[in-house]
Amino acid sequence: MSLPDGFADLEPFAEWSLPTERERYAKRLASSMDELQAFYDAAFPRLPDAVAYLEQSRPEDLPEDGKRLLWLCCSLVNVSFPVEVWRQARVPDSGAASLDMVIEPVI
Amino acid sequence: MSHFPKPAEGSWTAHFPHLGTAPVSYADSISPEHYELERTAIFGRTWLNVGRTEQLPRTGSYFTKQLDAARTSVIVVRGSDGQVQAFHNICRHRGNKLVWQDFPGEETSGTCRQFTCKYHGWRYALDGSLTFVQQEDEFFDLEREDFGLVPVQTDVWEGFVFVNLDPSNETSLADYLGRFAKELSGYPFGAMTQVYKYRSEVGSNWKLFIDAFAEFYHAPILHAKQSVSEESRKLAGVGFEALAYDIDGLHGMVSSWGGMSPPKDLNMVKPIERVLRSGLFGPWDRPDIGELPPAVNPARHAAWGVDSFVFFPNFMLLVWAPNWYLTYHYWPTSYRSHVFEGTLYFVPPKNGLERLQQELAAVTFKEYALQDGNTLEATQTMLESRAVDRFPLNDQEILLRHLHVTAGQMVADEQRRRGARDSDVREGVSASDVPA
Repeated sequence: MSLPDGFADLEPFAEWSLPTERERYAKRLASSMDELQAFYDAAFPRLPDAVAYLEQSRPEDLPEDGKRLLWLCCSLVNVSFPVEVWRQARVPDSGAASLDMVIEPVI
Repeated sequence: MSHFPKPAEGSWTAHFPHLGTAPVSYADSISPEHYELERTAIFGRTWLNVGRTEQLPRTGSYFTKQLDAARTSVIVVRGSDGQVQAFHNICRHRGNKLVWQDFPGEETSGTCRQFTCKYHGWRYALDGSLTFVQQEDEFFDLEREDFGLVPVQTDVWEGFVFVNLDPSNETSLADYLGRFAKELSGYPFGAMTQVYKYRSEVGSNWKLFIDAFAEFYHAPILHAKQSVSEESRKLAGVGFEALAYDIDGLHGMVSSWGGMSPPKDLNMVKPIERVLRSGLFGPWDRPDIGELPPAVNPARHAAWGVDSFVFFPNFMLLVWAPNWYLTYHYWPTSYRSHVFEGTLYFVPPKNGLERLQQELAAVTFKEYALQDGNTLEATQTMLESRAVDRFPLNDQEILLRHLHVTAGQMVADEQRRRGARDSDVREGVSASDVPA
């Protein structure tokens, strides 16, 4: 199992456990709306449980499977705008603009 | 009708009469010749923020900063005496860039005991002194003390490291930054060490992006699609008015309301924001950072959300009500391009939930900034058409007027200095032309 006990239902989406924003954002742009919706529909209802789990530890003290749950939740955060508001993977009216994250938390 | 009181003169702009109220031309943003003047007049003469002291945790910690506008790169290093000092990033032998990795134009950072030139192995101590010359006997009358690294004026305000590339500068950093910095002192910048930094290459004049972030008049319109539709219509109907504006010499500030942290009505925000209790304005549950310094929320308004300080020329500092801060830097690379940096600083998260709350604020910022950045290229190209050269600015755009007036005055001063120098030269030539 790659995720903590109690989150087995999210295993099919473990590929979203990506440690950097750059990877998470790239996966979002490379996904169809159906794929983003499927991930969101599975993960969003479990967010309160994930929060209850993550609240117990400092980020750097999380076990490996806990870190993967954190990163999966970071991906859920990343896809929330496309699914909840725009119905498209990229922010509207942003054309060719890019903004790269060059420093971010390690965990 | 105003929702928030304006000065007795009737408008913020009239309160600062030197700004005028006439339309502006934006000729200062579309000309290579004007940009060449700005490089010397502005970036060669003012205090520039190049980083923070947390980037230099110990003796020998260094980073380089590319300052294309000022035609140089600097090394910023913490020396053996604990002080932060900057040097021009150039080897004294034959001018190779001293510190760089694979690509000479890219910035780098690290920790070292001394700087060694890749080219011929000349070495410099952390204080800039030349300590080793390869095959020293081959040189002619070489005195090492004459060939140390060239220092740059360096000073630190509240952990922000500044350099001034003008060796004849006599204005201290504290005097330069003025009243806003004085009244911001004591804000716990140093306690906010959880950092998210974005970088973008933007196809516009550097001043146009400052314009975009120095007014919120655009926010209900350009960012309308970021809100649920009912909320979006409401925001557009109300428009935007700031709580307060202020100007101190070269610098300006806008104080804005912000009811989104937490929102009055939970239906105003996206479902994930309701679960995580965070959003564009930051996490709703604020860390305790004690009393705020007097520069913050100058109107002392209960609905206060964020203060944006525009420190001339290219450094913006945003202090948010939920107790975090954000910096913007705009580094020109040509008259129609610049590198934008946006950096978010939070109190380190105590647990995984706080980590997620900060992540939501950081990625939400990105979605807004992408829209802002994309608009700039559209503006730059059309300004360059020169089809129109009179653009009206409203009272909520006072900081834009101030930025362009200030930058224009510095260029005019530079032209006067050059004019004086040129006439000195002409007089000198004509005097020597007189036959003896």
